[in-house]
Amino acid sequence: MQRLFDTRKRPWLVWVGCALIGIVLALLPFALAQVGTSWVRITNYAILYILLALGLNIVVGFAGLLDLGYIAFYAVGAYTYALLASPHFNLHLPFWVILPIGAAVAAFFGLLLGTPTLKLRGDYLAIVTLGFGEIIRIFLNNLSRPVNITNGPQGIARIDPFRLDGFSFGSYETFLGIEFSGPIKYYYLLLAVVLGVIVVNVRLQNSRVGRAWEAIREDEIAARSMGINTRNMKLLAFAMGASFGGVAGGMFSAIQAFISPESFVLVESIMVVSMVVLGGMGNVWGVILGALLLSFVPEILRWTVEPAQHALFGRMVVEPEVIRMLLFGLALVLIMLFRPAGLMPSAVRRRELAERSEAPAGHPL
Amino acid sequence: MDTFLQQVINGVTAGSVYAIVALGYTMVYGIIQLINFAHGEVVMIGAMVAFTVINTLAPSGLPALAVVLIGTGCAVPVCILVGYSMERLAYRPLRGAPRLAPLITAIGVSIILQHLALMIWSRNVLAFPQIIASRTYFIGGAAITSVQIAILAICVALMAALALLVYRTRLGTAMRATAQNPQVAGLMGIDVNRVIAATFVIGAALGAVAGVLFGTYYGLAQYTMGSILGLKAFSAAVLGGIGNIPGAMLGGIVLGLVEALGAGYIGDFTDLCQYGLLARAIDACEGGGHFILFGSNYQDVFAFVVLILVLVFRPQGLLGERVGDRA
Amino acid sequence: MNKKVGITLVAAIFTFAGCGEQQKPAAKADAKSAAEAPKAPAAPAQEVKIGHVGPLTGQIAHLGKDNENGARLAIDEANEAKVQLGGQPVKFTLVAEDDQADPKVGTTVAQKLVDAKVVGVVGHLNSGTSIPASPIYNQAGIPVISGSATNPKLTEQGFKNQFRVVGRDDQQGPAIASYLATERKPKLVAVIDDATAYGEGIANEVEKTLKAQNIKVLPREKGTDKTTDWKAVLTKIRGQKPDAVFYGGMDATGGPLIKQGRELGIKAVFAFGDGACTEEMNKLGGPAAEGLLCSQAGIPPQAASKKFLDAYKKKFNVDPIIYSPFTYDAANMLIAAMKQADSSDPKKYLAELQKLTYNGATGPIAFDDKGDRKDAEITIFTMKSKLEPIAVVKGGKAVSYDEFLRSAGGAAPAAAPAEKK
Repeated sequence: MQRLFDTRKRPWLVWVGCALIGIVLALLPFALAQVGTSWVRITNYAILYILLALGLNIVVGFAGLLDLGYIAFYAVGAYTYALLASPHFNLHLPFWVILPIGAAVAAFFGLLLGTPTLKLRGDYLAIVTLGFGEIIRIFLNNLSRPVNITNGPQGIARIDPFRLDGFSFGSYETFLGIEFSGPIKYYYLLLAVVLGVIVVNVRLQNSRVGRAWEAIREDEIAARSMGINTRNMKLLAFAMGASFGGVAGGMFSAIQAFISPESFVLVESIMVVSMVVLGGMGNVWGVILGALLLSFVPEILRWTVEPAQHALFGRMVVEPEVIRMLLFGLALVLIMLFRPAGLMPSAVRRRELAERSEAPAGHPL
Repeated sequence: MDTFLQQVINGVTAGSVYAIVALGYTMVYGIIQLINFAHGEVVMIGAMVAFTVINTLAPSGLPALAVVLIGTGCAVPVCILVGYSMERLAYRPLRGAPRLAPLITAIGVSIILQHLALMIWSRNVLAFPQIIASRTYFIGGAAITSVQIAILAICVALMAALALLVYRTRLGTAMRATAQNPQVAGLMGIDVNRVIAATFVIGAALGAVAGVLFGTYYGLAQYTMGSILGLKAFSAAVLGGIGNIPGAMLGGIVLGLVEALGAGYIGDFTDLCQYGLLARAIDACEGGGHFILFGSNYQDVFAFVVLILVLVFRPQGLLGERVGDRA
Repeated sequence: MNKKVGITLVAAIFTFAGCGEQQKPAAKADAKSAAEAPKAPAAPAQEVKIGHVGPLTGQIAHLGKDNENGARLAIDEANEAKVQLGGQPVKFTLVAEDDQADPKVGTTVAQKLVDAKVVGVVGHLNSGTSIPASPIYNQAGIPVISGSATNPKLTEQGFKNQFRVVGRDDQQGPAIASYLATERKPKLVAVIDDATAYGEGIANEVEKTLKAQNIKVLPREKGTDKTTDWKAVLTKIRGQKPDAVFYGGMDATGGPLIKQGRELGIKAVFAFGDGACTEEMNKLGGPAAEGLLCSQAGIPPQAASKKFLDAYKKKFNVDPIIYSPFTYDAANMLIAAMKQADSSDPKKYLAELQKLTYNGATGPIAFDDKGDRKDAEITIFTMKSKLEPIAVVKGGKAVSYDEFLRSAGGAAPAAAPAEKK
């Protein structure tokens, strides 16, 4: 079997594989839409989580900086879009203007978080980032007084969909005899963005910057003595990771057409961290796997657990949401106990975590 | 003046509860450098178990104090069991692993405990039966209830007992030795595993008492109370100096005061209408209006801001000693 | 090798996910119809699906279930009555969904209902999920009636298919505020809210009304929906000596608020919105809850029609909690409009729904041009060892509860109020 798929002897297999995947991805929304457009929506939200996980992967996976407040950047990006493209301030800028602004604003907040925390390690950094995430959420919730900036807990509604010269991503149209609903259009856009982000990440990993991050993650003092400007590299990691979150946030805003601070709670941050950790820190494909698993499993659970309980007990004994969280917590514990590098770790990670059973207590990650 | 005194009383009482919970965090961190995220849930379980017991016994006509004591008596063993299992099953295998692993595990344990509690006690807020006849005393216009006095007294007593344990007993000496250097302590004949387990057990017991105090003081318990309380208590522990027991106490009280006084006065300080020049520029100030930048709505932020400021500017906390590599 | 494994895994997951659901909707629909109609008519009846959305899991799952029960009761009664549309017998099916009170899930569920080709929707329960879901229903042209979403924004979006049978927060707030102003005549009022969309919304309305009546209002104090320690805020308020305190929020935080307020020696009257107008206030506030004022949108369940109360109790073995009479009426209105138009096609019966006047369990209902209920009533309660209605405000005018019952005539006698939960 291995010989059949040996890409060294038959390099064209790689292209065949890519083409197959390309076709599957292109036709996927239509297949899902047959079952129900809601599944396209669910897939869209899953892709947003992939974007978030990839962004966090830069901070946690590449640079080794544990960030438990990542959702704040998502929130910042979402609110930037909402404030600039909704009836709230009556501004309706086009999305291709706002998304870069959102990325820049999020990057700014990333720097804001990174600057005072440069000296912190491991757990302390985690706690500070957690606090930062919560502070952002509380501010977003309360900036309705004395001047109404974010409309507080009421959130901002009727956010504009992405529009391009009369072509709106939010509406339903038929093109060449095929039905394109809003979610399907967003799916293709999201797919394009995700592919772009994956390319950026993979290239980053193998670049000077990526290697500098890896050096910092392994041993900051040694990295500094090798001439790496650790301060700038760490700030760059925060800013870049945050900017991806900002872009994802802007898209989330447009897709849901409504945002409120309750979408950006601590549990979401932990969820994204878990996607990175469970999938395989530092490995782009592992992170994607983690994000997909954690996005689809709750839906699958809801589909299976409810009828199963009704069949067995005649009523709902334990809500699927509770089961989902229990399994999630259990997964975190078990993964850390038995496979701390994640499901699909990078080779480097696996080696390092396997060896480090007698690591000195000072090592941050 | 009575307002200020009242805020101080409120703050110190709330702070005492934070302090007892903070003790659990600080002891565990001191000995194995782990932030036990799940400690807040242990406190919650203590409160819930006590609720079940008190709720069942309340109509029986036993004196209120006895009911509460029995409630505590049942909560403490349950919490000890939870704390011990946590240590044994989730943390001990990860003793040598890089720091990220136990942190993630702790989050996982916290989620599991929270949702187990949800399944057992339901999502609703549980109201403690109001069996304790609370008398209110007025000191210069400020009210203090007998429950508040009791909480303060219990806090001081627990702190004294813990200090006695840590500084005057063999176990305490073993704990301090293990905290300083586990390998050498092992060489000296100390069973490090047992000492660490004991630390968790004592922390859990304190957590149980804190849970009962919280439940009786505020009259309610809910499965989510652990996370917020835990974060605040952890901030208190860091403020006082993580790993430092008197520090946890001090940190708790200070944090309670900061929250109470902050919520009470920050609105007044940031009301731009008081500042002549600005008042003229702002429309809302006309006719005695207010333009408050940061009101009591930012109360929850104080704990986080304190935490960040301490970690960034004085990571060793108020009473801690400077430890290298953490700075 | 790893890369290939990874790619195969990803592809497998997608296909698995895809395959997974193909069976699910079929299975679910089967389970639903099997549970729904034990007395399906022998002749093949046209199936008409009506959706209901509410939080069936989460903090207010009990309210979500209560709402669903109301809608289900209406559907079952319609099925028993063997309704015919366009000459054909129809069987109504309730497609009940759980939105977990989460806007993201709400939009997904709305899409699901649209895909399932429901002809009408009763729901959602929360404004926070109804608002983002409404454009999805609007695009599909499906009429939606909410029995409990009170945020004014819901019907201000200009959607012709969005209705509600319950009052709005900008009617409830002024109602309790003017009742407070006229009955207790406070000179200074403190307003607190819990920084949620609902709490802040209703507190804003109360403040606006009080200020319009020239009553001084202290600067707003806030907590969160999980605050347990109100003492700092209350101490600050105590220093200003208000005559009344209004709190916009739920009973989980309102109970401790009033308890701690009395502990601090605050003698002002406490007023609340419908979130804190439940019997839980007694348990959480203890004796301090005595004498509080609160409002509820609509008429109290015990004032709903006796017919509804008995039927509900008989079918579900529990009493209605708050909004089930409203969802019952909402579902019935959808069905009535369909009967009027003699069709279950939304395009045809929407117009009928807009002009419909219906006598429901909560009284006579008609919609104004925004989709709100005309002349929605607000009931004011006070706590006297349990909640007792004391007044009903309609069209800005308050009448005492007994007078309301007498004038409404035919509604349940006040002498036998149903036990709420």
